[in-house]
Amino acid sequence: MRVGKDLVAASSAPLVLGVLAEGDSYGYAIIQRVAELSRGDLEWSEGLLYPLLHRLERQGQVESSWGRAESGRRRRYYRLTRAGREALDEHRTQWRAVNDALTTMWDQMARVLAPVQLAWGK
Amino acid sequence: MSVNPTESGLDQQVGLWREQLAKRPGVDAGDVDELTDHLLGHVDALESVGLSPDEAFLVAVKRVGDQHAIAREFAEENSARLWRTLVLEPEEPGPKGWRDPGAMLVFAMLAGLAARLTFGVSMDEGGSQFTVALAGSGVFLALAGWFWWRRRPPVLASVVTMLAAVAVGLLTQAFYPWRSDWADTQFLSLMHLPIMLAVVLGIAHARRAWRTVAAWTDYLRFVGELVVYYALIALGGGVLVGLTAALLDMLGLNPEPVIEWVVPLGVGGAIVVAAWLVEAKKSAVENMAPVLTAVFTPLFTVLLLGFLTAMAATGGIEDRDVLIIVDLVLVVVWGLVVFSVVSRRDGPPRLGDWLQLALVLVTLVVDVVVLAAMAGRIQEFGASPNKVAALGENLVLLVNLAWSGWLLLGFLRRRRPVLDLERWQSRYLPVVGVWAAVVVVVLPLVFGFR
Repeated sequence: MRVGKDLVAASSAPLVLGVLAEGDSYGYAIIQRVAELSRGDLEWSEGLLYPLLHRLERQGQVESSWGRAESGRRRRYYRLTRAGREALDEHRTQWRAVNDALTTMWDQMARVLAPVQLAWGK
Repeated sequence: MSVNPTESGLDQQVGLWREQLAKRPGVDAGDVDELTDHLLGHVDALESVGLSPDEAFLVAVKRVGDQHAIAREFAEENSARLWRTLVLEPEEPGPKGWRDPGAMLVFAMLAGLAARLTFGVSMDEGGSQFTVALAGSGVFLALAGWFWWRRRPPVLASVVTMLAAVAVGLLTQAFYPWRSDWADTQFLSLMHLPIMLAVVLGIAHARRAWRTVAAWTDYLRFVGELVVYYALIALGGGVLVGLTAALLDMLGLNPEPVIEWVVPLGVGGAIVVAAWLVEAKKSAVENMAPVLTAVFTPLFTVLLLGFLTAMAATGGIEDRDVLIIVDLVLVVVWGLVVFSVVSRRDGPPRLGDWLQLALVLVTLVVDVVVLAAMAGRIQEFGASPNKVAALGENLVLLVNLAWSGWLLLGFLRRRRPVLDLERWQSRYLPVVGVWAAVVVVVLPLVFGFR
């Protein structure tokens, strides 16, 4: 399955903030973690992630610092700030509202459709 | 790290990949490091499932994707870099023929000829106020014209406002009933005309996006780099003219006609040339503006501290021009703050940001002291055009710096993003333009053209 572009874009900021809420991280690991969380349905490109991280940094929601990977190469680590935590809460409220609406709708559809499917013998 | 042949082969390939990436507009050194780490993350993962380093590299490059697409995403995120990709289209920086530099030369020539007007038709006449206004307007129009040519078709709003601003400036100079030649209000009006035009020019620079804050930030950045390039060209030009005069003198020829033409043509034309360089060559200066502000911020802080100490020691200000001088100081400090904000690299607060806060605070103290001293003087002797203009300037800049200081403090305490500072400065530019317009048009009316 492929998640549509708009949905990927809309969910990218809360996902990054959420991953960073689990602990400081860096680009490659964030992409891995998002793929894992979505069971492979969300495969982010670098062109999506890094500009997003930089934008969040400019907005003060994440902070970055340069460190070293175990292999010794330069690596940029990102950390959630207080503003980022607040933004994440806001995202969560909004997404919950969307999610609730959708869930209610799916349930109702299932309830309406179920008898029909039964009547048709499947 | 092991040094077997394939490993160093990988290093070489990664090096090449980095070089290619670094050449892209919109990607800076930090981005290259970050993406390299990412690429090598893929390589490590692929090697651990059994691919050879070379294979792993190839697959990793494929996964990271087309460099051009990445660079584009980076540029679009960072509006600081975006404006260049807008200008630099078409994307491949191949040879573009003569049209682009050719047009630049034409507009530079127009600007130079406009500047020549300051000398009147002949040198002996000298410049009247009107010819000075005409020359300044001409230079700005040439620059705007070049923008319009560069990103055609021009946006109607920019053409209308630019022409209206020029018309207002010329009409006031020509038809206001000035009390005398070089009346105070006329001089002030003339001095503020370029400020007004410079702000209006921002609309031509921004094109369609002129209502967005980001466009004004880009314009500030553009102006900062323009100043640096112009100063460099002016230095070179000064040397050239000096040597030319010396050589002609040596031959017993009169260097005056040459200088009479070369200097104004150079002074005017260099503005368009500098603008072209800013838009075409970019990164040379990108590293200059932050360095210059970093060097001069602490120096100006020391200067102002010294001034405060001296004032405390001598017990006050005697010179009546002090308000103008303090205005100049405010302008310089404002420039330092603006250009260091818009050329600032992303990242957490640094020492430079603290130094900047120190400079802003010291400037505010100096300004309050001087304002207090001047308030008494104005009460005693009444208002004059000069005092009102200087006070107004003072107020405009004071408000800007005070709020900048507050935002800077918030950023340093990690309460707000650095973006707030950038947006504040960008939003403020139109305010400066409006104040300049007031001095150009309204102040002479208020003071009866004296």
